[in-house]
Amino acid sequence: MIHEFKKVWKPYTIGMLWLLGLLWPLMGIHADGTLTFQKTVTVWSYILAGSLVCLMIYVMKTSGSLKFITGPVTRVTGGARSATTALPSWVWIVLLLGVALVYPQFAGRYGTDVAINVMLYICLGLGINVVVGLAGMLDLGYIAFYGVGAYTYALLNVTYGLAFWVCLPFAALFACLAGCIVGYPTLRMRGDYLAIVTLGFGEIIRIILNNWMSLTNGPNGILGIKPIGIYIPIFENGLTFEHIWVKKLQLFYYFALGLAIFAAIAVRRLNYSRVGRAWESIREDETAAELMGVNTFIYKLLAYAMGAAFAGLAGAFFAARMKFVSPESFTFLESAMVLCMVVLGGMGSIPGIILGVIALIALPEVFRELQSYRMLVFGATMVIMMLFRPSGLIPAKRVGTRSEEKEG
Amino acid sequence: MSDQPILELKNVHSGYGSIKALKGISLHVMPGEIVAIIGANGAGKSTTLMTICGIVPVERGEIYYEGKLINKVSPEKLPTMGLCQVPEGRRIFPRLSVEENLILGAFHRDDKDQIAKDIQHSYDLFPILGERSKQHGGTLSGGEQQMLAIARALMTKPKVLLLDEPSLGLAPLIIQQIFEIIADINKEDGTTILLVEQNANLALQAASRGYVVETGEITLEDKASSLLKNPKIREAYLGE
Repeated sequence: MIHEFKKVWKPYTIGMLWLLGLLWPLMGIHADGTLTFQKTVTVWSYILAGSLVCLMIYVMKTSGSLKFITGPVTRVTGGARSATTALPSWVWIVLLLGVALVYPQFAGRYGTDVAINVMLYICLGLGINVVVGLAGMLDLGYIAFYGVGAYTYALLNVTYGLAFWVCLPFAALFACLAGCIVGYPTLRMRGDYLAIVTLGFGEIIRIILNNWMSLTNGPNGILGIKPIGIYIPIFENGLTFEHIWVKKLQLFYYFALGLAIFAAIAVRRLNYSRVGRAWESIREDETAAELMGVNTFIYKLLAYAMGAAFAGLAGAFFAARMKFVSPESFTFLESAMVLCMVVLGGMGSIPGIILGVIALIALPEVFRELQSYRMLVFGATMVIMMLFRPSGLIPAKRVGTRSEEKEG
Repeated sequence: MSDQPILELKNVHSGYGSIKALKGISLHVMPGEIVAIIGANGAGKSTTLMTICGIVPVERGEIYYEGKLINKVSPEKLPTMGLCQVPEGRRIFPRLSVEENLILGAFHRDDKDQIAKDIQHSYDLFPILGERSKQHGGTLSGGEQQMLAIARALMTKPKVLLLDEPSLGLAPLIIQQIFEIIADINKEDGTTILLVEQNANLALQAASRGYVVETGEITLEDKASSLLKNPKIREAYLGE
């Protein structure tokens, strides 16, 4: 145990001193020019005490003095893991669907609202997964297509009075077109260059939305978008249909759920198709894919357009729910968030993305009481996640696991 | 038919930007032959193959395949025409399974039953690939990866197979095995093979004819057996 401690004390001491050096300018220098040390030292000593306890536990664990606790714990978790993997995946799907279906009956208005957000982001996450996870192109301007979808529905609805279901294919189509227009000149680039250019194009689309006053009403946004309208059959005197607006959040939730399910099925089908395999070959080695007869340019463009189409669909639902769109909803931060969800959950894995979205949308809501500190928690979680599970919460089977891991 | 070359390069120039890698390469490959291109590092051997496949664009000169000019044919169309390359450093798809790698070789084909048979045939040719069919390509050893790369290229049903440094980074025993397989492919399926190698001894033993490339130009062309005896070649490339 002493031996284990000798290994770690040096970096630990340096780390703590470094923390003190960082902490003092933050807490000890005041706006009026006075310098204090008292508060910094107290806070630092609290952290020191806390981390020292953690360090001792860590040292004890590595030297094996905690066997009497860790032994049973690993046995229990190992048992639980084998039990969960033994269950076929359809059990999970049914379970998840069941929870999703009854959820709004138990959650309040606020809870349902968050859940709708989760559903829309699942669609977005699955869409960007096609571009980033399957075809391997880093896209930092993805949210622009979400904006295109939202504005398509908003404009067609407000100016021409077209119904939601008529506009929905147009939203996907226009987002798809925008994807092709952006993709055509940019997809000749690879890697980092592509990321920078997509970032630029994403911003261009947002700035166009912001400045084209006559069409988009600029930063004021578009008001008065109609919600989804549906016909429900009534059997009172013969069969007639009554038109209603989906205004209740509880009802809208089911439409969002439908969208998420559609996106999940579509992406799964794409993944295991010929097209999906072509995308994966491009991700793995573009030149080799070309030598094997994959038309890399067309398939990259297709990935871009497909990803954009999912964003367009989600955008139309977003506009229908908010009944208002403005360029503010489509900033770079949103693109980064969607990307984070995919990376956190596990690139290329559909259950992983769903979990990633839930984690990044729902958890900040849970920690809302912590106010701005919740962003601190958010950042720390991301760092810890990337350290311990770099391939995501639920890594994709086809991408993440290596065969020697399975054997070992 | 057999007196017409299946692949012919006439005074081909190409390069990367302002760097000229090929300065007028002319060579021909007859159907059913094994032809070796030997030369030192950076002589332009790999560039020759990449230029044939259209990855590096031709600046001047003509490339004929089965009598057709293929200068402007885009790279992904060539496997459909029966011209396929096993690129240098193998370049298999590391995070796809062995089986998926093979399926991608048959990307342009739509005869499902025949593809399944051909995959089985590759497993017969390389039994180790059959054992590891569900494993990720990246987890294979170097020799196994080279076998996978060759098997993947064979899935395109090539008439001409371009092989770029199949011996790169492999143990002598494995190299021997690979060259035996190359000879088998040539004999049994009648596949024409254009082989690029730094290991001149090995390449010239397998080939019927050979070309020597130096700084982007062909300096010598002869029967492989005569090249092996040529004192200049022995000095420059065989270390004597």
